Amino acid sequence: MIYLQLFYEFFKTGLFTIGGALAAIPFLQEISEKTGWFTQAELADFIAISESTPGPIGINMATYAGFTTAGVAGGVVASFGLIMPSLIIVTVIASLLRKFRDNKLVDSAFYGLRPASCGLICAAGVTVMRLSLIREGLWQASGALADLFDFKAILLAAVLFLLISKVKIHPVFFIAGSALIGVALKF
Amino acid sequence: MRQLAKLYLIFARIGVLTFGGGYSMLPMFRHELVEKKGWLTDEELTDYYSVSQCLPGIIAVNTSVLSGYKVKQRAGGIAAALGVISPSIVIILIIAAFISNFTDVPAVASAFAGIRVCVCVLIINTVIKLWKSAVSDVASLLIFLAVFALSLFTVFPAAILVAAAGAVGIGLKTARRHSD
Repeated sequence: MIYLQLFYEFFKTGLFTIGGALAAIPFLQEISEKTGWFTQAELADFIAISESTPGPIGINMATYAGFTTAGVAGGVVASFGLIMPSLIIVTVIASLLRKFRDNKLVDSAFYGLRPASCGLICAAGVTVMRLSLIREGLWQASGALADLFDFKAILLAAVLFLLISKVKIHPVFFIAGSALIGVALKF
Repeated sequence: MRQLAKLYLIFARIGVLTFGGGYSMLPMFRHELVEKKGWLTDEELTDYYSVSQCLPGIIAVNTSVLSGYKVKQRAGGIAAALGVISPSIVIILIIAAFISNFTDVPAVASAFAGIRVCVCVLIINTVIKLWKSAVSDVASLLIFLAVFALSLFTVFPAAILVAAAGAVGIGLKTARRHSD
């Protein structure tokens, strides 16, 4: 029964993936080798498309892999398999957090966790910045420093930064606007 | 039941409006749950987000379960998780079935390049907003800088960095209580 197998494989992936979708990739490679449901080249496509479509990357990858294996129902089953361990484990943790909210030890742990989390997000922001504002490849090829910076993108980022702190509208309007500007100015 | 449906819809909106996974979801979580609904404080959102990094599974799903649980216990957590994954499943099934090479279209690639610029500004803006509740003294500033640098320049998994920071937090607070 392919659906049960799919559920089982993606349940395992969900259980052992800690720290985001990229950590799931080795498990997906293993599934590909073990079952032959999809090839490594197809997996590369899943990753590329999952990163550029809305929603959690892991869910996108699971849906895509499941669909390739067993059609629409396969995509749904793989995604549910992937989130099932989360649902069980995180619900237990949530009830414990509520119970021990005022516990000194938990409070002290969060004192360290909060700045760490902030640091991780900041590092992620810098990584996206490198991808979107700087053209390392072009710079290395030409050697001209002016090629290193994508001035159109940097200008857009500066304008967005000023607007976002001043104008209180839903972030999606900024995203849609940036997509339009990207198309209009051929980013 | 009405509140569960509302939770589902809000998390579906978060799911459909984010590009690029866990990190880029945070601005949307903050906008919907902290600013608009007031269901969470900035502090709680940061807490949930850091705990989610250390737990098995997809970070965005884990953060959704923790946030949903805060609003409406177990059923709230499930509604939030289902909400945040629903748009993904629908969109990917459509793409997989009909337009597998849509990222090769030049206009689509340009649009995504524009979106990436916006996503990085949104993320930096979120860091600034969360900063107040996260970095309160020299010790927490050092933790921030250490994790930032290690995550940027080394291959330490995020889960290990977060777990270590939690341990440091416990150590520091305990030492302070003893010296008082």
